Amino acid sequence: MRIPILKLHDYLLISVQVELDDQTALQFQEDLLNKIHQEGSSGVVIDLTSVEMIDSFIAKVLGDVVEMSNLMGAKVVLTGIQPAVAITLIDMGIMLDEVPTALDLEQGLDKLQQELEG
Amino acid sequence: MSVQSNVEVRTEWGIVSARQAGRNLAKEIGFSSVDQARITTAISELARNIYLYAEKGEIIIEAVEEIHSTGVKHGIKITAKDKGPGIKNIRQVMEDGFTTSGGLGAGLPGVKRLMDEFDIDSVAGEGTEITTIKWNS
Ligand SMILES: Nc1ncnc2c1ncn2[C@@H]1O[C@H](COP(=O)(O)OP(=O)(O)OP(=O)(O)O)[C@@H](O)[C@H]1O
Ligand SMILES: [Mg+2]
Repeated sequence: MRIPILKLHDYLLISVQVELDDQTALQFQEDLLNKIHQEGSSGVVIDLTSVEMIDSFIAKVLGDVVEMSNLMGAKVVLTGIQPAVAITLIDMGIMLDEVPTALDLEQGLDKLQQELEG
Repeated sequence: MSVQSNVEVRTEWGIVSARQAGRNLAKEIGFSSVDQARITTAISELARNIYLYAEKGEIIIEAVEEIHSTGVKHGIKITAKDKGPGIKNIRQVMEDGFTTSGGLGAGLPGVKRLMDEFDIDSVAGEGTEITTIKWNS
């Protein structure tokens, strides 16, 4: 299974709509980095509204994606993390420190704009 | 209520099936959405550890109850069993950040915090059995 990556001007938009199994998560990591490289994107919004569970493996993949994208010069904002998922991550002691987040896609795009201009 | 399900874990799909079986039973028992996420995440961690470190094993998910003077307490019990290499130093693997696989080392200490009861029984060279319960309060 592959997660679709949409292009909008200088940005890439991703809405994760599938249950994230390990293979899908790793494939997504690779696809996103390739796409950033191809398109020369400056920003990425990953929307997690439909994701019902983030365990330590998925958290690591997401954290790595953010770090790798930053290295390539693209800022990443995560949006739509469900309350139950946020609470579980904190219980687990997993801090997605330094990862910019926003409530929804629209605010995520605003945040990117601010970060890139500011 | 489907009282017990056993899920074999030997591929990544086993991890996904175990999570789904756990979420279904947690819902049936009436756990809140936050507890459903906690239970599903705990199962995912245990199942992935089986897949990574023992290659194969099983996750048993069952409804449990405890009778008190004040009424009946309902819960979900997760048992993760494998005949893998076992864990030599249990105290060490329960430390936040300890990993032998380049992970976050958040799995086992995380499961302990997500659930209400947690017990590891492991013999080096023979295997590991982890039992954990969440009560619906
Ligand atoms: N079923 C098992 N059999 C043998 N060793 C295990 C088993 N489960 C865990 N371990 C050992 O315990 C260590 C800690 O496990 P834990 O799940 O806490 O972290 P991790 O799997 O290394 O990383 P993470 O879960 O954060 O991705 C593992 O690195 C592994 O060495
Ligand atoms: Mg683990």
